[in-house]
Amino acid sequence: MTHVDTGARKGTGTRSPKSVQSSTRLKRIHDRSFALMILPALLIYAIFYLYPTLSNLRYAFTEWDGLLEPRFIGLENFTRTVTNDDIFRKVLGNNIEFSFLVIVFQTAFSLLFAIFLLKNTRTSIALRTLYFFPTILSSVSVALVWMFIYEPNLGALNTLLRNFGFDSLALSWLGSETITLRAIAFTQVWFHTGQMMVVYIAGLQQIPQELYEAAEMDGASRWQQFKSVTWPMALPTTAVVLAYTTIQSFRAFDLIYTMTGGGPNNSTNILVTLIYQSAFGEYRFGYAASLSVYLVVFILLLTWLQRRILRTKY
Amino acid sequence: MFYKVSRILSLSLFALLILVPVMVVVLGTFKGDLELMTKPLALPEQWTLNNYRTLIEGGQITTNFRNSVVVTLASVLLTLFLASLASFGIARMFNKSAGVLLTLFLLGLTIPAATSIIGIYDLFDSLGLRNTLHGLVIINIASTLPISVFILTAFFKQIPLELYESASIDGASPWRLYRSIALPLSRPSMGAVAIFLFVINWNDLLFPLLLITQSDLKTLPLALLDFRGEYAINFSMIFTAVMIASLPMVVMYLAMQRSFISGLTAGAVKG
Repeated sequence: MTHVDTGARKGTGTRSPKSVQSSTRLKRIHDRSFALMILPALLIYAIFYLYPTLSNLRYAFTEWDGLLEPRFIGLENFTRTVTNDDIFRKVLGNNIEFSFLVIVFQTAFSLLFAIFLLKNTRTSIALRTLYFFPTILSSVSVALVWMFIYEPNLGALNTLLRNFGFDSLALSWLGSETITLRAIAFTQVWFHTGQMMVVYIAGLQQIPQELYEAAEMDGASRWQQFKSVTWPMALPTTAVVLAYTTIQSFRAFDLIYTMTGGGPNNSTNILVTLIYQSAFGEYRFGYAASLSVYLVVFILLLTWLQRRILRTKY
Repeated sequence: MFYKVSRILSLSLFALLILVPVMVVVLGTFKGDLELMTKPLALPEQWTLNNYRTLIEGGQITTNFRNSVVVTLASVLLTLFLASLASFGIARMFNKSAGVLLTLFLLGLTIPAATSIIGIYDLFDSLGLRNTLHGLVIINIASTLPISVFILTAFFKQIPLELYESASIDGASPWRLYRSIALPLSRPSMGAVAIFLFVINWNDLLFPLLLITQSDLKTLPLALLDFRGEYAINFSMIFTAVMIASLPMVVMYLAMQRSFISGLTAGAVKG
């Protein structure tokens, strides 16, 4: 038996061999109780979460309508997606565009607002509370409110635009093959910027004030201070924000499912919504399972890549 | 100068971008639909509770509300209990396998639930857990255990061993150590996890969508989807439903802003 925990061994040197023996025995008995404490959580997690994740992987190699027995077809689902699957290709493109927009703007805005609201003044705290507010809402509620804003005829945005004479800008925000994906990306950024701002504020407040004072003594402008102090010092926080924003953008199922269902003509479909649609709309469970393998791989790859880039560069 | 102006401008713009929709929604629930569409920002010409009355008398939303309360409360409390117990065990186990167990839980953190929906649907279908509220509770627990265990284990590891040792000498069992030393000390961390779990479970759409088709078992987010269809573009009714669905979280947020912000952020960052 190995003792990993250090504190427990404190003072063993002064104890007699007999008490060492009894404490080992005690540890063994205690470990049994500790194991019993872990067991219920472990069982529930393993049976209801780990196991379905693994069986999901198994279905990726089958053809299955969700009712009859799944038929093993090897790598066929995967070869099809690579060689002959226009929708998959389109959806992949959508996903890249959507994630790219969300990652760039959400990170930029949350950093900007964090810098603006860094000091703990009363106004700053009030604004932080306001900006964070959307985080507590359900994504379905957020989607419904933005459907009202984007509604083409009487919706808030187009009414506003027409009142100011920009009739040509009053677009069909949720019915267009070109702009709807961007409109939803905007909603996603609106939804989560406040939360990432809070993460940034926590990170920026760790930067020693002396660094700014020194930079100011050297006559550095605000932009130079940002470039040479804030940005490099905030890189670990940026890594966290990027990783989280990326995963979040890949998971933006609720917004898209509620606002457009992936339409028009698959132009707002991303991987998660395509997985759901393939399985529960078209009963192609095996194909859908193979798509989720892609999703996991992409997420892991991107998170790993971001960490690599941020680490090697500085 | 440029900095100051752009700061004030962008801060106000984003503030308005949140405040205005919130006002439109809140005011809209006290208006007729036509009035909401034509004068979204004006105060209601005549304040009316008609939207609320229609919705509540319809009965559907009260059922959905009750389902959400039951599922959320059960999920949060059970997850807290199971996760704290397991985290305490992992943090205090002498055996090396504790690290392996923790890694096993962390595995669940890297895989978003959305990627396992076919496996989950299949398992819950074959166990007869579809269209049951306890099925929903089970998947909520299973999917939030990793993040909860992760946060709580980190906390329990910080409790100095001496505290346990003095109690152990008095012959306290591990169970007593958990209950009378670890639990009371962990109140702030448990609070943060609880808030995080509350918001996640209350707002979740994916699992109810996956498992529940029976209308009297639907939770609020799922019911909101139905209202979208039922009331087509009657936004004052939709907003009233949104309001009812969001109110518990909004009230809690306003009552404890700080703990909400730190709790949700801890969950987000570590998840």
